[in-house]
Amino acid sequence: MHEWSLAEAVIATVIEESIKEGLEEITKIKIKIGELQQMDTEIFEFALNEIAKVQDVGLLLSEMRIEMETERAILKCGVCGKEWAFDETGLGEEEYEAVHFAPEVAHAYIRCPSCKSPDFEIVQGRGVLIDYIKGSGK
Amino acid sequence: METAMDPRLNIIDKRLAGIKRLIAVSGGKGGIGKSLTASVLALTLSKMGYRVGLLDLDLSAPSTHVILGIKDVYPEEEKGIIPPEVHHIKFMSIVYFTRDNPAPLRGIDISNAMLELLAVTRWGSLDFLIVDTPPGIGDATMDVIRWLRRAEFLVMTTPSKVALETVKKVIKMLTELNVPIIGVIENMKMEKSSWVKHDLKEFNVSILGEIDFDITIEGSIGDVNKLLESDFAAIIKELVLKSSGFDLKT
Ligand SMILES: Nc1ncnc2c1ncn2[C@@H]1O[C@H](COP(=O)(O)OP(=O)(O)O)[C@@H](O)[C@H]1O
Ligand SMILES: [Mg+2]
Ligand SMILES: [Zn+2]
Repeated sequence: MHEWSLAEAVIATVIEESIKEGLEEITKIKIKIGELQQMDTEIFEFALNEIAKVQDVGLLLSEMRIEMETERAILKCGVCGKEWAFDETGLGEEEYEAVHFAPEVAHAYIRCPSCKSPDFEIVQGRGVLIDYIKGSGK
Repeated sequence: METAMDPRLNIIDKRLAGIKRLIAVSGGKGGIGKSLTASVLALTLSKMGYRVGLLDLDLSAPSTHVILGIKDVYPEEEKGIIPPEVHHIKFMSIVYFTRDNPAPLRGIDISNAMLELLAVTRWGSLDFLIVDTPPGIGDATMDVIRWLRRAEFLVMTTPSKVALETVKKVIKMLTELNVPIIGVIENMKMEKSSWVKHDLKEFNVSILGEIDFDITIEGSIGDVNKLLESDFAAIIKELVLKSSGFDLKT
């Protein structure tokens, strides 16, 4: 699953940032998940915990709490300025799957509801971001 | 840590860790044979027994699937994306997801889509990953340099003053950034001439070889066996074998 590869990326980032900041134990991370990415948050959280368990860089992750916030995907037309929500677009199943793999692919399937332009911007809710990492160090 | 972090940046190196060499086929202009060269190079190396992957990073105008006649395949999902193996080449392209729809992408979208592909594609172990790139020294080329940090460049040109002008800029930029250049291929030659070689003398790059304009090549597009039998492929094989930049054992 795609959720696993992004979970792996999140844990790698948590480890790298924590080392940089001199943290030894991570207590909490907050992740923002853009709706456009079409993530299964249950699988994602499970994957995060599983991957955190097997990391072996001496960082304490066993008490790490994971907070997730899903961000609604908003698109904005670059031609007429219309703003609309991704969940109003009604894509087919295959298209949803394609967008899940690479959210930019939305440009192949979505058009501005008011002027039909494919020249829109993803204002928010694109993909996975780590909002913050909390922990304690030396 | 105040600003939100993009986790994808930290996983690219790991995704590419099993790949011995990354070769980006580049050049300033469009229509000078980058995609054909990337495709034939991948085929040639694979025929020689190497484990090869081909990544099409021309996200606005992907073409290597057309050249290699790849259709009706779709990647598998297994903790990421496993590129399907076609003609013994692990093949990855945005076309799996966009199909034949135009996907008009602006610079930021190009970078994001490229990053996504790099973060989720699981190549496994390969001897070579050949990367086809779009024309220009824009977002895509800068991203290749930034994210495919071990990439070596193969630079295409044609015997055209217009093409060469931009190619020189590409070479200057790569040199300035200390990016390794395997060499330059002069493609689509219509007559004997040496001015391109001469013009490139001031740069510290090797000219790997010349490929004649071949009017029969269009008939081989989409057919791997015909491509492999073409004069184009014969020259690619010869220059790959003899150039020290490729450093292959026969
Ligand atoms: N040596 C050659 N002789 C004849 N046609 C060629 C040669 N090299 C490339 N072509 C053709 O030129 C066109 C552009 O090549 P392509 O590889 O798509 O260029 P690029 O990727 O640089 O835009 C294609 O139709 C290709 O088959
Ligand atoms: Mg091309
Ligand atoms: Zn519009």
